[in-house]
Amino acid sequence: MSGYWAGILTILAINIIFAYGIFLPVASGQLNLGGAGFQATGAYAAAFIATQFGLGTVLTVASGTLIAGLLGWLMAYPMLRTKGVYLVLATFAFAEVVSGIVLNSEKLGGPTGLSVPNFIDWYVPVIAAAVVAIGVFYLMSTRFGLNMRACHDDDVVTDLMGVNVRGVKVAAFALGAALAGFAGALYAHAFNYVEIQTFGAMVSIYVLLYVLLGGTQTPWGPIVGAIFFTILPEAIRPVLPLIKKAIIQVFGPIVPATPPDDSWRFVILGLCTIIMMALRPEGLVTSAMIERLRSGRHEPIKTRDFPA
Amino acid sequence: MSALLQVEGLTKNFGGLSVVSDVSFNLGEGERLALIGPNGAGKTTVFNLLSGVYEPSGGMIRLGGRDISRVPSKDRIKLGMARTFQNIRLMPHLSVVENVMLGQQARVASWGDFLLPLGRSAWRREAEVLLHELGLDTWPGEIVATLPYGIRKKIEVVRALASRPKLLLLDEPAAGLNPTETSSLREFLMGVSRRGVTLLVVEHDMSFVRSLCERAVVLNFGRKIYEGSTQSVQDDPLVLEAYLGPRHAALAAAGSV
Repeated sequence: MSGYWAGILTILAINIIFAYGIFLPVASGQLNLGGAGFQATGAYAAAFIATQFGLGTVLTVASGTLIAGLLGWLMAYPMLRTKGVYLVLATFAFAEVVSGIVLNSEKLGGPTGLSVPNFIDWYVPVIAAAVVAIGVFYLMSTRFGLNMRACHDDDVVTDLMGVNVRGVKVAAFALGAALAGFAGALYAHAFNYVEIQTFGAMVSIYVLLYVLLGGTQTPWGPIVGAIFFTILPEAIRPVLPLIKKAIIQVFGPIVPATPPDDSWRFVILGLCTIIMMALRPEGLVTSAMIERLRSGRHEPIKTRDFPA
Repeated sequence: MSALLQVEGLTKNFGGLSVVSDVSFNLGEGERLALIGPNGAGKTTVFNLLSGVYEPSGGMIRLGGRDISRVPSKDRIKLGMARTFQNIRLMPHLSVVENVMLGQQARVASWGDFLLPLGRSAWRREAEVLLHELGLDTWPGEIVATLPYGIRKKIEVVRALASRPKLLLLDEPAAGLNPTETSSLREFLMGVSRRGVTLLVVEHDMSFVRSLCERAVVLNFGRKIYEGSTQSVQDDPLVLEAYLGPRHAALAAAGSV
């Protein structure tokens, strides 16, 4: 496999795990815009433990996951006192705090970052992503998953149905943080280098976009969203010069076209995002769609009076 | 008839505003009691106090003899009291059967029930059987948001029944239904009552109330002004005054004599 495709697959796999980390809180009604903070926690924990204590990859990744999960669990208590847009701001602020701490810490390399030993090849994150996906599918099929989705729709009624709403939300948030940390730890070893700029606000925004545009109702959403938004910029790359040529030909005489600026890819990405939000505001994959595909039919609703 | 629900001196103040004051009534096992009154009389507040959405400022709620006024809202359904809502509050993104399975939560005891897949579980079968028994042969996987209003009203009742309650609180079950849907709902609720469930119903539709409930409690400005048969409730001068105002009440009373 070429290095290019190995790189894409690695990033894709890490993005899928990361997206599931954001999916869990979002599916239970908590918009988490602090993904990068938890990913950075996992990445730096793994990097630090690998360089300082020389532990093996399995142990560093496991501890990165655990530390991010614990941090998520601790943060969940104060953060989940806020709701809606305030929760978004709180999680966003959390990510900024993590980034600030790393930038000012000598031990963590400050702005220069840390180099990480123990390279892992592309198939490790890919297998990990498959395992995480199966795990989340399983979790969402249980009563815990049902309670998460119920909290998303109406937490007052969910409480009256006897669900421990706070417990479910904290668990979903902490599990999500652990998955984001897992993605970060894998990132550290797959690229052998961590620097805090990689875990900026844009990353949090992108991964939340994967989840929201992919769909938050079923575990298909994050995987579809992550694949779509990781592959699309790459797929646009060869098409871009052709588009530019076509536009020039429409507007005037044929002049030699310079290779277009790479940032135009993100213009197209932005347009795709807007179109998707307009056409499928609940995400690409919805539970109604899955149900239709599964049953293979759409029966009209029958009602019968209650037998006396 | 033993009292399943005893409400004694129930009071709720929001700041200086007294919304429910000193309301007392008893509800016997298997009974069907209506709670009526003009808009803003405090009916829904009483429901919110009973189900634990609000904490009472005073008074006591006993369910099966036990004081539940300080029991957290999420634990009350486990004691056998379920409710429906004035505006349908089903989970719009869950399917019909998933909504009913959510109602079963009160009976979940072990971690196994919590962490095993629901797909082909006994829980799911039970929910499907319950839907079938109550005549809701909708496609169980149907997403709730796409269903007609009357069906959703009934599904909300089925969800409450899935917790196997002794007492069911129904907040305006007939609101917004057409006459056909209303009579179908009445049959449906009579069927629920025959299953041994005690009903407490808030409702404005008086012919619906008279045909469903034997007894009524009438509230006005948070106070109980009548308790007795649903057949004679419209002859009570205080009730007439509450609904029609003093002048028209007098005219109506004169007209009815």
